[in-house]
Amino acid sequence: MSAEPAAAASPNRPVLSVQDMSIQFKLPQGWITAVDRVSFDLRQGEVVGIVGESGSGKSQILLSLMGLLAGNGRCSGSAVFEGQQLLNRPPKELDAIRGSTMSMIFQDPMTSLNPYMRVSDQLTEVLTAHQGKSKAEALEVAIEMLERVRIPEARRRIRLYPHEFSGGMRQRVMIAMALLCRPEVLFADEPTTALDVTVQAQILELMAELARDMRTAVAIVTHDLGVIARLCDRVIVLYGGRIMEQGSLDEIFYDPKHPYTKGLLASTPRLDEKVHGELRTIPGQPRAAMGDFPGCPFEPRCALRIDRCRAEMPALLGDDKGRAVACHVSGV
Amino acid sequence: MWSYTLRRTLGSVPTLLALCVITFFMMRVAPGGPFSGNRRVSPEFVKLMEDAYHLNDPLWQQFWTWFNGVLHFDLGPSLKLRDYNVSELIAIGLPTSLEVGAWAMLLSTLVGVVLGIAGALRRNGPIDYSAGAIAMVGVAVPIFVIGPLLQIVFGLQLRWLPVARWDDSWQCRVLPVLTLALPNIAYVSRLMRSSMIETARTNYVRTARAKGIGEWRTILKHALRGAIMPVVAYLGPATAVTISGSVVVETVFSIPGIGRFFVESVANRDYPLIMGVTLLYGAIVIAANLVTDIARGLLDPKVSYE
Repeated sequence: MSAEPAAAASPNRPVLSVQDMSIQFKLPQGWITAVDRVSFDLRQGEVVGIVGESGSGKSQILLSLMGLLAGNGRCSGSAVFEGQQLLNRPPKELDAIRGSTMSMIFQDPMTSLNPYMRVSDQLTEVLTAHQGKSKAEALEVAIEMLERVRIPEARRRIRLYPHEFSGGMRQRVMIAMALLCRPEVLFADEPTTALDVTVQAQILELMAELARDMRTAVAIVTHDLGVIARLCDRVIVLYGGRIMEQGSLDEIFYDPKHPYTKGLLASTPRLDEKVHGELRTIPGQPRAAMGDFPGCPFEPRCALRIDRCRAEMPALLGDDKGRAVACHVSGV
Repeated sequence: MWSYTLRRTLGSVPTLLALCVITFFMMRVAPGGPFSGNRRVSPEFVKLMEDAYHLNDPLWQQFWTWFNGVLHFDLGPSLKLRDYNVSELIAIGLPTSLEVGAWAMLLSTLVGVVLGIAGALRRNGPIDYSAGAIAMVGVAVPIFVIGPLLQIVFGLQLRWLPVARWDDSWQCRVLPVLTLALPNIAYVSRLMRSSMIETARTNYVRTARAKGIGEWRTILKHALRGAIMPVVAYLGPATAVTISGSVVVETVFSIPGIGRFFVESVANRDYPLIMGVTLLYGAIVIAANLVTDIARGLLDPKVSYE
């Protein structure tokens, strides 16, 4: 199926390498840290899930990489993609990359498409801007891509406006838009959160299939462990803007080391277990301001905490296969 | 769209009718009459004059006579400007008012939109602050102050433009158009600025940025379309008000427009002229709103004409 030339490098070549990325936001009370020294690699063709609860900074990581950080935000560290630094790059230079070799699918398909433009115009402008195609050529490629994301009657429907599509169909349009230039890297920010449960599965399968066909590396941000289990090769667990644990899907799901990962998995309701009384939760609330204290952000809610946890953030230690845990008590 | 226009036009008939009825009877409730101001005329003569214009007939009959005339495109005679009937007065004043008003609207829309976008894109920069200052002046200073100020500066001191004259030269039109446009420039630029800032924060503009199509294309193709909607909605009624003649501007610059007739007709209790101009203003407002709604329908695919 793939029309791509066989990759010259090894299949595990990292296409995106993020080192010590921190993101801060200026609030009336000063700068607060949303993401604190996060490092990870994204390798060709792999699907990496970034999980964490609301406010753990997971969406901000993707937005910063795309140069879409809010006006009151700043980021530091390094993110190298195709030999180019992404962080703090002027928008003009990023425009050569984003939409082309690096693209993004957003959370809310109801508001993420332009309500005043035909779908055809929204799709073809990507191709005319990046590949210099004529309008007619671009339209044919766009129709083909809509067919690939299984929008029936694509040739007719491409002329419609977004409000004439259902939520699931709009997210298919978003996926088509992101994949038009066959990107090396695709970011997905909770792509199914706003959709019906029945549609979610279809969209996820579609994304996984297309990414596999195009050998696109995917970083998907979600708080839904079901999405992770269905789609991902590797998982990064984020809490309070820091990586708590990372590893392969099996390692995270069947052999979690970090107390937060364990708590997260234990809180997932399962169909094969009878629930007695209330659903299980992790007691406590996430800290309001993050990263401005020396210890582990999970320490206040952690059952295994020791004195050291409050004083010192544990380093993320692991083996060379990408398995790593940041915990004083239970390491790899 | 044509059936929509037709339906809206027909739907405006009851509105105009209600406007006529209310204006007609309210003017009659107000004390005084067209001939009551002149003390040197004997009561007998006043009675004679009132009889001549059927002003002593029962009110409903007067209304019917007038209304019947309207149906036959006859707005009746002017009670004060004896040599003219109302239709002639409108034909004299309206083109001038339309001309000044149309230029003022064109100027205020162009300048307002450009200033608004510039302010939104370079927020808190020099352009934004200058635009804000112009807007503040335009909103806060009434046009009967702005007009004479412009006359003093450009007419009397710099001697670039005539103070108050009306002929075919473009020089006569600059100051009145500018005076009339300034408050609208102020309002449109503020509206455009806030709307643009809001639209620039929407998810779909973020999507456009993520597509890497360039900042200018993002602004002009994606953000502007949504941001201009509130401005379009404002322009309709504003155009109606502006082109139907500004009494103040016409008085300050001695422009023979229709705005003066309107105010004088009320002061003189020139009933047919009041009714004629009111009907005209009503029709202009309705037409402007219709044009606005059609324009919004063309700009926003979610608006349907059904």
